[in-house]
Amino acid sequence: METMETAYPALNELFVFLNTTITQISIYYSRIPGSAILLKYIKNSHQDDPFRTALELLLVFFAIIYLFTNKYRTDNNFIELTPQEVEELVDEWQPDPLVPQLSDDDKRELEKIPVINGPQGLKVKLINGKSLINFSSFDFLGLLTNVTIKEKAIETLKKYGVGSCGPPGFYGTFDVHTEFEKKVSEFLGTEDTIIYSQGFSTISSAIPSFCKRGDILVIDEGCNFAIQKGVQISRSVIKWFKHNDMEDLERILQKIKNEDIETGRKLTRRFIISEGIFENYGDIALLPKLVELKKLYKYRLILDESLSFGIMGKRGAGLTDYFDINPTDVDMIVGSMCNALCSSGGFCSGSFEITEHQRISGLAYCYSASLPAMLTVSASESLNILKRNPQFPLTINQNTILFKQILKNVKYLLLNCSKDSPVIHLRINEEIVRVGDIQDKERCLQDIVDEAINNGILLTRAKYVRSQELFGVEPSIRICISAGFTKKEIEKAASVIKNAVTKVLKNKTH
Amino acid sequence: MGKGSQTKLSSTAQSFHLPAIETPANYSSSNMIAKQRYVSKRRDDDPGWVEEEPQYYFLFTTYLSYLVLICLGHLRDFFGKRFKRKDYEHLKEQNGYAPLNSDFDNFYVRRLKLRINDCFNRPVTGVPGRKITLLERETKDYCKTFQLTGKTKDCLNLSSYNYLGFAQGKGPCADAVEQTVLKYGITTCSPRVEVGTSDLHHQVESLVARFVRKPAAMLISMGYATNSTTLPTLVSKGCLIISDEFNHSSIVFGSRLSGAFIRVFKHNNMADLEALLKECISQGQPRTHRPWKKILLVVEGLYSMEGSICNLPKIIELKKKYKFYLYVDEAHSIGALGPRGRGVCDYYGIDPNEVDILMGTFTKSFGAAGGYIAASQDIIDHLKLTNHASIYAESMTPIVLQQVYTSMTIIMGEDGTSQGQERLERLAFNARYLSTNLRRLGFIIYGDRDSPIIPLLLFNPAKIPAFSRECLKRDLAVVVVAYPATPMISSRARFCVSAAHSKQDLNEILKICNEIGEILQLKYSDNKVRYTIEEVLRDGEKNL
Repeated sequence: METMETAYPALNELFVFLNTTITQISIYYSRIPGSAILLKYIKNSHQDDPFRTALELLLVFFAIIYLFTNKYRTDNNFIELTPQEVEELVDEWQPDPLVPQLSDDDKRELEKIPVINGPQGLKVKLINGKSLINFSSFDFLGLLTNVTIKEKAIETLKKYGVGSCGPPGFYGTFDVHTEFEKKVSEFLGTEDTIIYSQGFSTISSAIPSFCKRGDILVIDEGCNFAIQKGVQISRSVIKWFKHNDMEDLERILQKIKNEDIETGRKLTRRFIISEGIFENYGDIALLPKLVELKKLYKYRLILDESLSFGIMGKRGAGLTDYFDINPTDVDMIVGSMCNALCSSGGFCSGSFEITEHQRISGLAYCYSASLPAMLTVSASESLNILKRNPQFPLTINQNTILFKQILKNVKYLLLNCSKDSPVIHLRINEEIVRVGDIQDKERCLQDIVDEAINNGILLTRAKYVRSQELFGVEPSIRICISAGFTKKEIEKAASVIKNAVTKVLKNKTH
Repeated sequence: MGKGSQTKLSSTAQSFHLPAIETPANYSSSNMIAKQRYVSKRRDDDPGWVEEEPQYYFLFTTYLSYLVLICLGHLRDFFGKRFKRKDYEHLKEQNGYAPLNSDFDNFYVRRLKLRINDCFNRPVTGVPGRKITLLERETKDYCKTFQLTGKTKDCLNLSSYNYLGFAQGKGPCADAVEQTVLKYGITTCSPRVEVGTSDLHHQVESLVARFVRKPAAMLISMGYATNSTTLPTLVSKGCLIISDEFNHSSIVFGSRLSGAFIRVFKHNNMADLEALLKECISQGQPRTHRPWKKILLVVEGLYSMEGSICNLPKIIELKKKYKFYLYVDEAHSIGALGPRGRGVCDYYGIDPNEVDILMGTFTKSFGAAGGYIAASQDIIDHLKLTNHASIYAESMTPIVLQQVYTSMTIIMGEDGTSQGQERLERLAFNARYLSTNLRRLGFIIYGDRDSPIIPLLLFNPAKIPAFSRECLKRDLAVVVVAYPATPMISSRARFCVSAAHSKQDLNEILKICNEIGEILQLKYSDNKVRYTIEEVLRDGEKNL
């Protein structure tokens, strides 16, 4: 040290500096509580096994490198590209047009949509001045032009305005909503009800609020589009059974049960989903058998009564009324206020647990403005009228029987529906009539619709988003029979349809 | 609706008035300010959306609070499951049925939300206008069930989306709607493409198209469904949806239904968006690396929880380079932004034809219901035939159509009065006045300066119900939002100002907030410019 001091004064200063710093650090270090223990531990460990110190140093070194390297990607499918390459690819890329060109069929379709001038009802006037009897709207009770409902609506308008300006969670739950919910529950005989602001969105939101990944849904193939979409979004395991085929349903339920036993998988929620009156087929679900099977195999039952609510059964309370089944046997009854009740929106009825859960997790309920008060009150008033007029369902039934009797003998047509269902699908009888593909059938049916319109009856083909329907539905004309029609109107309509069908199809027989 | 009701409109317009509000010009006696007119228009020096962080102390206590809540919840569950079996039966397997709610999913609702259930789903009655009438309720079982007491409470309404004050039970809209009910009835009982189209639909569609300055428009009977049923018909498998992380649930629903691949970018972060675009286009579809068929960027004009306005100019710039299609959800911005109330394009002075699809709802500014899609004629024609709601759902009801028609003509000034313009200016002033002064008082306020949605940050979970209850005590109805609608940390109260609020109302709100802010220690901001409440009330209008 002596010699170094004289030879290199600069270096000496450095040593002094280093020495004092290290001493300082060790003093500070020793002040940290517990530091002596750590130091002792390291010393001992080094003494026992010097290799371990080396390994730990290496680990620290590795951790530092890991922290400072770039993040790597987990998808090994990612291709590293230079910025120039990226630029080139971006310049090169050309998107498809946002929407495809309209075909001639599409253009015709758009032109053929009837535009009603003035009020909707069982009698309407088209924009070209033609007066028609309306056999296409879902106004089963003939309440569209009812004066009492209008008066109630105006009363409500003055008290509540039009819009609700908020979702139910945030000051959008009006007293009229809760009152209507209670009324529907009482009418159906369920514990509680929740209302949504659009009929279509009700079931497609109610299904995914309960059905999650891993749950099992067994669904009728004939179910309407809203159910299909609700099921699609749920990400559950989906099994379809043949339309209204209870044997097939039982076969599938048994198969799932067998799989359960084989794989020993965890019990998840299970649902059977069906429709009261099938929108696409006009027939009625076999509810007694559904309830029997659901109890046997321990499934929950979701029944879409959008069409059947208000028209089926002695009181018009839907399928449970019609088959005299305890409404609590159906776990969720989903209905619509935009058909028989002549308003807008939909509801889901069931146990308190079912509705409360949807108030938190029904997406279309939580994230959408609630139904305007006027529409709620209108629906409520329609329900009052239905309660006061228990003959409505019977009248609908008589009208339906009369209508079907006249059309029964038209050989060109198939009448698709159940005996008591007022929703009737007219389909082309291919055994008699020679028609081509779906487009061709649609064209034939449209000709029939046009012919009927010329003769004073408003009809419509049942319309679908064909590219997105899961199961091909045969083209049809959908007719809805209302209690508001007189015998004469029914007879007139049936004979007009008969003539139109004969006129269009008679030259197309085999 | 035709000529008849037009003449009716102008005749009733004179009798129309909003309750107790002066025009902005009369707000102050000072001449200098009296000349100032407030318009909702992007200013050059606008700082835009800023997410201000509070001091670490508050962040730390927020996390700690949640930790305590969760631990307590589990503790209660632990004992509850042993000593109160009956209360937990619905979470267990019963008689061979799996529980409807899984124990885990239900934890948050059962142990956190239930405690503050009195702040949500408050029942109301009457018109949700400047004031809202709450039905008082009480609970005897700690918020599990509520019983109405039969009493009502009038509160100043900061919660409804009534931006332009069209939620009214009287006035030109209500008069016109009444006539429509008598003439057209309540509803249509059929989907649009079957027999649910009336002349009213066509009239409103062409008016909407004119209002948003697009060639064509179509109507859908529910706001939520407007997104959820339209997106699946625009994109499909092989396409890409790029979505802002804070997009509304209906957009997420629609995107998931479409089958397209979905990527998400950070809220309003243009750098992140551009990086994502570069990556997606250059990499192509996952696994196959084939180019995307199309890319659809979905953003909202004004975000309902953040109060932020999308950076449209930059998005348009990116659109030119990256050739994606642009879908702007104007659910909140239509009517509420822009000098003429025509949404976010109007606000920035951008030609609406730069945007492919403009979507909006009538629930908010127009005091009605339902929504619209506005685009080129080709797109609308395609949508009319493929949109789920237009094929399967009920069509828009005449009463809603009339409300939209009348309110929109008023906004456009086509009723022959300046009512619409006054409402727009009042909303612009109110939005700026309230948000700026809340900032000056020291609150952390998210959102753009011109946004009528004003989120006031609360952070600590215990302050969520406290704020709501304190406001209610002072007759102020506010919305509080917490996780999962917002990120865990940033619970907030959300104010929606309306053109129906007067300056006195806003001052009252400022006083109440100031008071509660002191009690609950809500003035987190490290903003240098701090005003006392007296200064705010005196100088609040300066330098807005």
